[in-house]
Amino acid sequence: MSAIRKKKKAFVAQGDCVACGCCVKVCPLGAIQIVKGIMARVNMDKCVGCGKCAKECPASVIEIREVIA
Amino acid sequence: MKKHWYDYLWIVSLTYLILGFFNILFAWLGLFCFFIPLIISVTKGTKGYCNRYCGRGQLFGLLGGRFGLSRRKDIPKWMKSKWFRYGFLVFFFAMFFVMLWNTYLVFAEAQDLRQAVTLLWTFKLPWQWAYHGTLFHPGVAQFAFGFYSVMLTSTVLGLITMVLFKPRSWCVYCPMGTMTQLICKVRNGKA
Ligand code: SF4
Ligand code: SF4
Ligand code: SF4
Repeated sequence: MSAIRKKKKAFVAQGDCVACGCCVKVCPLGAIQIVKGIMARVNMDKCVGCGKCAKECPASVIEIREVIA
Repeated sequence: MKKHWYDYLWIVSLTYLILGFFNILFAWLGLFCFFIPLIISVTKGTKGYCNRYCGRGQLFGLLGGRFGLSRRKDIPKWMKSKWFRYGFLVFFFAMFFVMLWNTYLVFAEAQDLRQAVTLLWTFKLPWQWAYHGTLFHPGVAQFAFGFYSVMLTSTVLGLITMVLFKPRSWCVYCPMGTMTQLICKVRNGKA
């Protein structure tokens, strides 16, 4: 099979992130970290694109996008 | 997910707000929510307070989340813009210094103690039931009234934006959150 596989991943608009950490608390896979108190960073290897973080983020700066795996 | 002891700090925040109805002098304890975040951000360069220990954030998360008291809508763009967040920080601190100045005037005996809690920097609520005299100078009580006003005002604002937008919308423009992020940016060389 050579079909292109698509996966969903979370992307943080880091410039607008307030580093509150709400996303970290809800991620079931522990895929998000707050880096140096400045912004959130998603570990793409762990993220399964469930969207929980995006729903929780009070600033709504997380987007779930499809990426080609 | 495993619960930690610090996931229950919302109880402390709630207790704090309630105690202020009985004896205003408890308001002094609120200084912890001022100094702990600052100390963590200055010494460790993280927003560890927001990310773990802040009971106020947890309280909004609980009321808006578990109790469903939130429309769960996106916060308006301007509210998360830098100018609003920093502007609110500046305004908040300006008001804070006005409060300190009033406290000073009472200490200097240039002004009498006012047994009122000021909500949203405007509305003076009579609050004499929570003041039973003190062994200390009336200035000590004036600071307590002032500090409790700050705490109650931010709670009310937080509750309003919790209902209108997402549970923890307050965290977007919370002055402590903005300030600790700013400290982290400066400290970690990203400003
Ligand atoms: S919840 Fe949103 S604003 Fe808060 S740290 Fe995560 S991405 Fe940033
Ligand atoms: S989309 Fe799901 S798995 Fe990915 S970071 Fe967000 S909460 Fe975690
Ligand atoms: S932003 Fe403010 S309310 Fe939210 S977790 Fe940080 S200190 Fe608490």
